[in-house]
Amino acid sequence: MRYTNKDWLLAGLTGLSLVVILLLLAVLLGQIIWHGAPVISVEFLTEKPGADMISGGIWPAIYGTVFMTLLMTLAGVPVGIATAIFLNEYASPRSRFAKLVRIAVNNLAGVPSIVFGLFGLGFFIIFVGGSMDALLYDDSAPVWGRPSILWASLTLAVLTLPVVIVTTEEALRTVPSEIRDASLALGATRFQTVYKIVLPNAKGGILTGVILAVSRGAGEVAPIIFCGAANFLPYLPTDLRDMFMHLGYHVYALATQSPNVDAARPALFGTVLVLLMLTFSLNLLAVIIRSRSRAALRP
Amino acid sequence: MSESKPAVAEAPTNAKMETRNVNVFYGSNQAIKDVDLDIADRSVTALIGPSGCGKSTYLRALNRMNDTIDSCRVEGRILLDGEDIYGRGVDPVEVRRRVGMVFQKSNPFPKSVFDNVAFGLRIGGEKDKDVVAQRVEESLKGAALWDEVKDRLQSSALGLSGGQQQRLCIARCLAVWPEVILMDEPASALDPIATAKIEELIRELREEYTIVIVTHSMQQAARVSDSTAFFYMGELIEHDKTETMFTRPTKKRTEEYISGRFG
Repeated sequence: MRYTNKDWLLAGLTGLSLVVILLLLAVLLGQIIWHGAPVISVEFLTEKPGADMISGGIWPAIYGTVFMTLLMTLAGVPVGIATAIFLNEYASPRSRFAKLVRIAVNNLAGVPSIVFGLFGLGFFIIFVGGSMDALLYDDSAPVWGRPSILWASLTLAVLTLPVVIVTTEEALRTVPSEIRDASLALGATRFQTVYKIVLPNAKGGILTGVILAVSRGAGEVAPIIFCGAANFLPYLPTDLRDMFMHLGYHVYALATQSPNVDAARPALFGTVLVLLMLTFSLNLLAVIIRSRSRAALRP
Repeated sequence: MSESKPAVAEAPTNAKMETRNVNVFYGSNQAIKDVDLDIADRSVTALIGPSGCGKSTYLRALNRMNDTIDSCRVEGRILLDGEDIYGRGVDPVEVRRRVGMVFQKSNPFPKSVFDNVAFGLRIGGEKDKDVVAQRVEESLKGAALWDEVKDRLQSSALGLSGGQQQRLCIARCLAVWPEVILMDEPASALDPIATAKIEELIRELREEYTIVIVTHSMQQAARVSDSTAFFYMGELIEHDKTETMFTRPTKKRTEEYISGRFG
């Protein structure tokens, strides 16, 4: 095919954008790895931070991030998948209720994450936690009505909910209606059709979406500032009501709260690198699952 | 239309299914108008007519597949062994177990050949592995597919040819022991050789099953069916023995359609 002048122009512009993006990514990653990699050591990954936050390691932050991510996944993902199944498999396409839920989900996806933090503080901690304290305990010291890993995880679960719902719905839509019909015509109930035909065929897409949502939630800082992340807490959370350290929040703390910002820089880059590796490995897992599920569908 | 009631030469005494004053609507759109039709037991009934005449809609009313379409509404009575399948308290799932369906586009599940055929049994609660294996073999033999797939039961059904896939769908349908099998243009996407195989199969299945087949091909209707019903604009124009329909139709429209003057 011969390129006209316009083709050359368009190819040049699009190619240039590509180069700019790749360069940005390379600089970003290069900077982080260059400064962060020398800091990473067994001690850095497994030890508690020292009192100055700069010395020692970041193990409580790693542990807190993983713990919080697990709780968030357990709380949010089943609800999200169930909602998507309801919207796509059970609700009638003309249902006004389903339409309303979809609008709500789309709006939820557009809410800034700091607002989720305020919501978590107002709803989970003050309202739910506060009510639980009022009902269960007489004395005034709050037990549930204070920031903790539980409320932070639930807040993030709400944040990831729209992503889970939208991607699950997309995955369900890729299942051809012909095989739903085939299942129903064989005398399967709607539930059997969803459980035995639709879900197994949408599994890859659902898992991919869920992992991407989880990986986004794992790195969010703004929603958990008010809800349970601790500045400095050199021991591990053992109870749902404990506060916890978080890699993302630790980065924020090191960068802004440290008395000596220059001295904190190596620890800062090391923490960023660990956080990135955590979310990258989740994304990589998503890519692997997606390609595997595609391969499984091939004859 | 002046010819209000279809001409029925002889009322079949052995009707497996009877439909009385059946109307089907999509929203406010009426797709089927007042259809009375008896479907004889252990025979092949062909539904013919131009595209959009409602024959597929009528077919899907016979096993309540139209229930899955939100705007669709069925009126009148459709009797299976004298019992109204739209009656109060009748479970559509139960109806579909007795009245199976083969679709226009073959639609095997993205599973192995074996699991495709076993699906209906397993969801029906059959747990005994030997029983399942035996029924799968019987069904594949019944659908004249066994010899071609017996060495690849565990490989994906999507690797079969189009004709094999359609026969697999028939086998899958046979496995749950239906009494009636509805076929919606089962050979329209197949080449002549695969079509011939499906037609031969239909003639064999007639011994044990009641078959209703929608077809666009007049030759196919003539080859496989015992009786033929001609639909036009949602109405049943004429229903008679296939031989009579194709040689001495009573209604002018039938004759015009069969001789290829429209449709």
